[in-house]
Amino acid sequence: MSKVNTAAPQSNGSGVFKRVAQKLLERNFLLFVTIVLFIIAYVAGLFAFKDKNFGNLQVFLNLLISNAGLIIIAVGMTMVLIIAGIDISVGSVVAVTCMMLAAMMEKAKMEPLPAVLIVLLFGVVFGAVQGWLISYLKLQPFIVTLAGMFFARGLTAVISLEMITVTNEAYVKLAQYKMYLPFGGYLNRKGEMIYPYIYPTVILALAIVVLGYIMLRYTKFGRTIYAVGGNEYSAMLMGLNVKRTKLLVYIINGFLATLGGVAYSLNTLGAFVELARGFEMDAIASTVIGGTPLTGGVGNVIGTLFGVLIKALIETFVSFQGNLSSWWSKIIISALLALFIVLQSLLAMRKEKQR
Amino acid sequence: MAIGKEILKMRHITKNFLGVRALNNVDFTLRAGEIHALMGENGAGKSTLIKVLTGAEEFESGEIWMDGIPHPIINRSPQEAQHNGISTVYQEINLCPNISVAENLFIGREPKKHGMIDWKTMNKKAKEALAVLDVDIDVTINLENYSVAIQQMVAIARAVDISSKVLILDEPTSSLNDFEVSKLFAVMRKLKERGLGIIFVTHFLEQVYEICDRITVLRNGELVGEYEVDKLPRVQLVARMMGKDFDDLAEIKREHKGSTGKEEVVVEAKGLGCSGKIKPFDITVNKGDVVGLSGLLGSGRSELARALYGADRPDKGVLKFKGKRFTSRAPIDSIRAGMGFLPENRKEEGIIADLSVRENIIIALQARQGMFKLLSRKEQEEFADRFIDLLKIKTADRETPVKQLSGGNQQKVILARWLLTNPDFLILDEPTRGIDVGTKTEIQRLVIKLAEEGKAIIFISSEIEEMLRTCNRMAILRDSSKVGELSGDEITQVNIMKAIAGGTTV
Repeated sequence: MSKVNTAAPQSNGSGVFKRVAQKLLERNFLLFVTIVLFIIAYVAGLFAFKDKNFGNLQVFLNLLISNAGLIIIAVGMTMVLIIAGIDISVGSVVAVTCMMLAAMMEKAKMEPLPAVLIVLLFGVVFGAVQGWLISYLKLQPFIVTLAGMFFARGLTAVISLEMITVTNEAYVKLAQYKMYLPFGGYLNRKGEMIYPYIYPTVILALAIVVLGYIMLRYTKFGRTIYAVGGNEYSAMLMGLNVKRTKLLVYIINGFLATLGGVAYSLNTLGAFVELARGFEMDAIASTVIGGTPLTGGVGNVIGTLFGVLIKALIETFVSFQGNLSSWWSKIIISALLALFIVLQSLLAMRKEKQR
Repeated sequence: MAIGKEILKMRHITKNFLGVRALNNVDFTLRAGEIHALMGENGAGKSTLIKVLTGAEEFESGEIWMDGIPHPIINRSPQEAQHNGISTVYQEINLCPNISVAENLFIGREPKKHGMIDWKTMNKKAKEALAVLDVDIDVTINLENYSVAIQQMVAIARAVDISSKVLILDEPTSSLNDFEVSKLFAVMRKLKERGLGIIFVTHFLEQVYEICDRITVLRNGELVGEYEVDKLPRVQLVARMMGKDFDDLAEIKREHKGSTGKEEVVVEAKGLGCSGKIKPFDITVNKGDVVGLSGLLGSGRSELARALYGADRPDKGVLKFKGKRFTSRAPIDSIRAGMGFLPENRKEEGIIADLSVRENIIIALQARQGMFKLLSRKEQEEFADRFIDLLKIKTADRETPVKQLSGGNQQKVILARWLLTNPDFLILDEPTRGIDVGTKTEIQRLVIKLAEEGKAIIFISSEIEEMLRTCNRMAILRDSSKVGELSGDEITQVNIMKAIAGGTTV
């Protein structure tokens, strides 16, 4: 992933790696730290859980499989944080998305495709309303999305207080459709060759990361997002349309929140009121660990992807270890979050000093 | 070249700002191929007129006509103004620090290839745009890595590159050195040849007479008149700006004699230094001294002052204050000990924009007294009124938020803040930057008066003439170190220049 942002140099392999690392270190220290941290953690896992097949490619792929929805949502969150905004409604939006899908397919017997299209439309409208309030009426994003969070959670409960399990045949089939990789296989005890697999949601999540990267780096809109996050007033004086940019970011974020919700629903195949509680905080934490501070103007979706992977890796460690309560992963993530916030402010202080 | 047709006409522009009439029936005309100075004291309405023109502020009535557009235009946003052929460099740098130099130049109009931003071409074009101004820097790194002067040059390059008909330069030279100013002027002349109309706002009279063709003078939000430069002598211009007869510029030339050397030493630094900011230096300031710090921008003038005050913690050397060894852990220690510091960057380091004039004035005294000995409301109001009166601060009320005051008046508020604490040692870093001539003179007089009353003062200014008038000693800085000192009759323009340039050791 990280190679995308360099012009392909013609030199040998280790040279390329060195240059990428060098450039990252110079230009994007936080992203560098995130990636290094992930690699260290992964290698540590290889040693610690040698006897439990941690090195199996499937273990790595499971990181992606179980967090496809989170990756999609964190990409949206990255854009929101770059414009120095915040959105704490996404967890509830995931819940209402899953609930709407389940209700439409199970109770109204709708086909999956129109149901999915309807929830995506809902996400766009939801994002547009929040974005309009924030950018045109200049309301605080925290308050607006807090209201959005209550609204979406309330709506989830109104649709159904009971848990609904999705049984729609086509939907279940899609959810369980394993895409086998042509490599990385191993022989199991019976001597059969087992190839690692992913689900379609992983492809979707990675595609969103790539699209997000391209948009942020190579489009006028993407660069305007950074300018707005850097200094809104200056951006306005430079002739950029600040309000429209902010509105669009919240619309995209609303869309991605429901799209992530769809991916989440494909993983859970059901919905209940308390689903995905605190999910927005996972998204924010992963984004921050990925090198996007809350102060705006800085950030990168590649980092966000690694942020999610680090969070997933810690959870995997805790479950591999076997004896620890799963809450330990929260404690480790909180420590990491603290580390990153300290790093970010140290970096800011160093910059201040250089000037 | 001959000055061409009228390309911009503003007629009967009126704007109220929170109940105060900021612009009253103002006319302004710009012709193709001219450089037109917009002059006036602080609060005269120059910035407001420009913001109205560029769409950053709305206006109540009046019309703006652009050549080639058959109806009056209203620029609702800077975007529309750019679209109508107007580009602007604002007084405070309005670029985004977190994106690269190249992006700051081209954002909103990036070169594209296959619908995607073409970074290579953009970086190349950015290099070229800056080369016009003789600036050669790495355009791919973030703007925040560069000095204020470079940032200002980038802002100018951007506006020049965009500009199609009208270029507005609002105080672009306040953070530039002579060399950079001369480069800017060369570019302005080139653009003028091309038939652009340039509006130039500045406080430097010399620059007006060097480069401008015409002058429009505003006073208190009203038009005073439009003049051709050769027909308006300087004294006349100043008189028109101030609205009174004015021959004071000569009067202030009287030199401040300063201490005789027998007075008590207030500040004595030996080998004081702060890594990465200022190399170790010695300096003494006596009672009654006004010691000037002279040097190019970035030579370490402010850093020296900050090390004395403790805004940056020195890591080398010894500082004696009033005879005793003094270490400041934080500015509050320095305030308590009897120091005052008027920082260079009043917007970020000085005023607290949302608090009232009264609160801004009393805040340092309150801090000195400690949190639990509250000044009574009555005392606060008395102090505020006294200084509003004494420094002639133009404000609607003592409770007006400071952000609504003009730059010069904000500066006076900060000065009042420090004077109220009655410090023995006062550091004034560019106290007159961006301030009109009249207020400058007032502040210079005040500085001399304070010294005569027995205060020790360090005075930093980019205007040598101002330093000549107010200082009795002068320390010269070059490349983050103190390289010499001048006193008494040695202080002449030639000597200072020589010392700064490093031609001779002083």
